[in-house]
Amino acid sequence: MRVLAAALIAAMLVGPALGADEGGCFVASSFVHADFALPQVAAAIGAKHLNVAVVGSASSTLPGAEGAAKAYPARLEESLKRRLPAVTVKVTAHTRARETAAEMAKSLQQVLVEDKPDLVIWQTGTVDAMMGVDPDVFQAALDEGLETLHAAKSDAMFMNMQYSPRTDSMIALGSYVEAMRFVALQREVPLFDRLAVMKNWNEMGVFDFYSTTKRIEFAERVHDCIGRLLARLVVDSADLAAQANNSGAGSSDVPNKDIH
Amino acid sequence: MTLRGVERPGAATIARHGTVVMPPVVPTGRDLRLDLFRGLALWLIFLDHIPSNLVSWITIRNYGFSDATEIFVFISGYTAAFVYGREMNERGTVVASARILKRAWQIYVAHIFLFVIYMAEIAYVSSSFDNPLYSEEMGIFNFLKQPDVTLVQALLLKFKPANMDVLPLYIVLLAGFPPMLWLVLRRPVLALAASVTLYALTWRFDWNFPAYPSGTWVFNPLAWQLLFVFGAWCALGGAARIAPVARSGPVLALAAGYLAFAFVIAMTWYIPHLAAFVPKWFAEWMYPIDKTNLDVLRFAHFLALAALTLKFVQRDWPALASPLMRPAILCGQHSLEVFCLGVFLSFAAHFAMVEISDGIATQVLVSALGILIMVATAALITWYKNVEGKKHGPRQTPPNADLAGGEA
Repeated sequence: MRVLAAALIAAMLVGPALGADEGGCFVASSFVHADFALPQVAAAIGAKHLNVAVVGSASSTLPGAEGAAKAYPARLEESLKRRLPAVTVKVTAHTRARETAAEMAKSLQQVLVEDKPDLVIWQTGTVDAMMGVDPDVFQAALDEGLETLHAAKSDAMFMNMQYSPRTDSMIALGSYVEAMRFVALQREVPLFDRLAVMKNWNEMGVFDFYSTTKRIEFAERVHDCIGRLLARLVVDSADLAAQANNSGAGSSDVPNKDIH
Repeated sequence: MTLRGVERPGAATIARHGTVVMPPVVPTGRDLRLDLFRGLALWLIFLDHIPSNLVSWITIRNYGFSDATEIFVFISGYTAAFVYGREMNERGTVVASARILKRAWQIYVAHIFLFVIYMAEIAYVSSSFDNPLYSEEMGIFNFLKQPDVTLVQALLLKFKPANMDVLPLYIVLLAGFPPMLWLVLRRPVLALAASVTLYALTWRFDWNFPAYPSGTWVFNPLAWQLLFVFGAWCALGGAARIAPVARSGPVLALAAGYLAFAFVIAMTWYIPHLAAFVPKWFAEWMYPIDKTNLDVLRFAHFLALAALTLKFVQRDWPALASPLMRPAILCGQHSLEVFCLGVFLSFAAHFAMVEISDGIATQVLVSALGILIMVATAALITWYKNVEGKKHGPRQTPPNADLAGGEA
């Protein structure tokens, strides 16, 4: 029943116009749930100054002259600004193609020094899966990276792979997806499950990822949606921290209150 | 001292000093359960290898720790020991070893054949696929740009595309099997101890084979040999030896309890809200459940499954003779051919989903069609072997030997 309703809503929202497709993005909302708090982000929002760094590989970018402005890090910045009108928001992208998690973990220190971010969104996994990096090594790199971030008092968030049905049978993502979910759970770091979100969009007919389109507009719309959902997860996770603070201070405690 | 043949009356009884007491002519009926479960495992492996396939929800990997790979490797070890063990006693160690290595070579050739099909598929996909969203994922096609490296690494079994890891494991297991079989025939307990020791050392020192472009083998032969040797040990008398224990009430209760536990844990993978009920210290102890190195939890899960299966599916289970079981049994009797076909069919099924439609109807259709083709092919091979067998006269090769796991 819920699936049907969601599909209907999706059809209604996607159908008419490009501009109206924000609702389409949110069809996958149930896969973007704030499980863990982002206290640094909450504090930064309180101080009216939020600084986010995105560390990732090629799937955090789009080709072309407009690429940087249309890729999800820039869309995230836009969306955060809309959601937090009183806050100065800055999102910086640090992306390098073909970098494994271990290589990224090494470069995190520099990002911390350069940007002094309140939050680092770490997109990784695809390159490791394509290279067949030992999943244990991958997991150790994630741990190492998180330690670096937390030592510098920065919040962290993971983003996993894209759903890419055409290369599905060629890139075995399984153990890397599991490793990321496991580390996220163990270290209580929010995970933006891009894979599940995109899969859901595909199932609901919001986007057809089987498409052989060469049009950049398609990729831009996907990145815009990712940016919007990501912004929501950041804000929700920060709210979670704010709530915890309030209840800790003795005000009326509302556990599990739906914050959407 | 006589090794207690296979766990059934009337089976070949192999005497220790090379003389063999055989029932006349053809060994009396083979254990059809082996074929049945290997056939089912082949179907499950096929379904699991089709990405984004709804039908794969029925496969056992979603309901516990172990999956069809364990069943396949165990039964392969069992049948290999059954067939080549007799060979080793009848015709000597050298001849039997040569036959085992010949089998490994056949599997190697089959693997390379599948690799060629894989390369053809990705070459085709890469020529039509240029979605700017996926510039990163298209990096997988880079292997096509340097055939000099890719092909050599594939021939060395270092470069193994996704879902093509089982046959290389099998090749290595068979290549290393002759000395192990020799030992299992003479000192079964010592052989098992050696296998467990290798497994433990592999865990202790992180041994594995190198892979290309990086990392190690997805199925570590040094760890998975445990299941293969255990299968061999069971085939050559071990099963009879542990049967009283495996069938005892407490063991069965323990097995059932463990399966239930694994089921609950598996549910937390799909219903994230349940994961909150797994205590953190416990999760940290349990995860990751290492498939590469055949995690003890997986091995135990397979043992529990096997114990319960043997309890409820007896050797003389009437349903084994029913036409309903025939398709799976046929597939299990020609496992190498059907396995390779399954790998190819899972490529083809995914290809159909990409090119035609990814709807649920298509997923069900390609899954069913794939299994149908596997069954039809197995039936064809059986027919052909029977025809060939008649041409060469009745006793040139024991008709059942091939079935009994020449398809090891």
